[in-house]
Amino acid sequence: MREVSLGLILFFFWLALSGHYTAFLISIGVITTVLCVVLARRMGALDSEGHPTQLFYQALTYWPWLAWEVVKSAWSVTKIILDPKLPISPTMTVVEGSQRTAVGLATYGNSITLTPGTITTLVEGNRLTVHALVRDGALDLEGGGMDQRVTQFEGRS
Amino acid sequence: MIDVLVDAISGVFILSGGFFILVGAIGLARMPDLYTRMHAASVTETLGAGLLLIGLMMQAGFTLVTLKLVFLLLLLVFTGPMASHALAQAALHVGVKPVLAEDRRDRLDKPDGPGPKSGSEA
Repeated sequence: MREVSLGLILFFFWLALSGHYTAFLISIGVITTVLCVVLARRMGALDSEGHPTQLFYQALTYWPWLAWEVVKSAWSVTKIILDPKLPISPTMTVVEGSQRTAVGLATYGNSITLTPGTITTLVEGNRLTVHALVRDGALDLEGGGMDQRVTQFEGRS
Repeated sequence: MIDVLVDAISGVFILSGGFFILVGAIGLARMPDLYTRMHAASVTETLGAGLLLIGLMMQAGFTLVTLKLVFLLLLLVFTGPMASHALAQAALHVGVKPVLAEDRRDRLDKPDGPGPKSGSEA
C-alpha cells in the first residue's frame, strides 16, 4: 500500500517539476519512480516512519492549526523585537511529550521549533529541553496544550 | 478588474512578508545571545518566507510555478526546524552558555514538580 502511495506522489512530483509531457519524458518518469520505490523498499524506508501515510488525513486539520499558532507567536515575537525596551526573559525548561511513536515525538519537537519564540534543543526519551524567548512561552508549553494537539494528530495508529 | 484586485492582495502579502523579514533582521541585531537571535531568525523563516511565497503564488496564478512554490514552502517548513534544532543542540553541546532569566530545566526532577520519574540530566 505504501509502495503505491509513494509511487503516485513521486510520479506527480516528477510531472510537476518537469512540465514537459512528451511520451519519452513520461516514460523516463515512470522508470525513475519505480526505481525509487524499489530502492526505498530495499532500504526498509517504507514504514510508518519513512512514509507515514496514516498521518495524511490528520495533517489536513493539524497543519492549519499549526500555521495559526505560528502566525500568533511570530506576531508576539515581532512585537518584542520592535519594543524599544526589548522585554525578553529567556527561559529553558523541559516538557514531556505524551506521544507514543517516534514520528509523533519528532512532530512535537519540530512544531515547538517552528513556532517562533521556542526552540527544542534536546530530545531524550520523551523529554524535550526547550529554550523560550520569554518566560510565558515556556510556561505555555509546560501547560501541554500543544502536546495534546500533537498526540491527537498522532492518533491511535 | 479582477487582475487589479489579485495584484493588490498579492502586493499586500509580498510587502508584509518583506516586513517580517526586516523584523527578523532587526531582531538578529538586537538580541543578546545566539539562542535569542535564533528566535528572531525564526520570524523571518516562518511568517516572512510564508507570506512572501503566498504573495508570489498569487502572482503566478494556477500554474506549475505555483505548485513549485508550494513545494518550496513545504521544504522550508520541514527542513527549517531541523536546521534550527541542529544549530541549537550543537551550540549547547560545545558549551555556548545561554543568557537566561530563569532556568527550569530541573523542574521535573524536583520533588514538588509534576513529573514522578527521575530522568537523565539534560
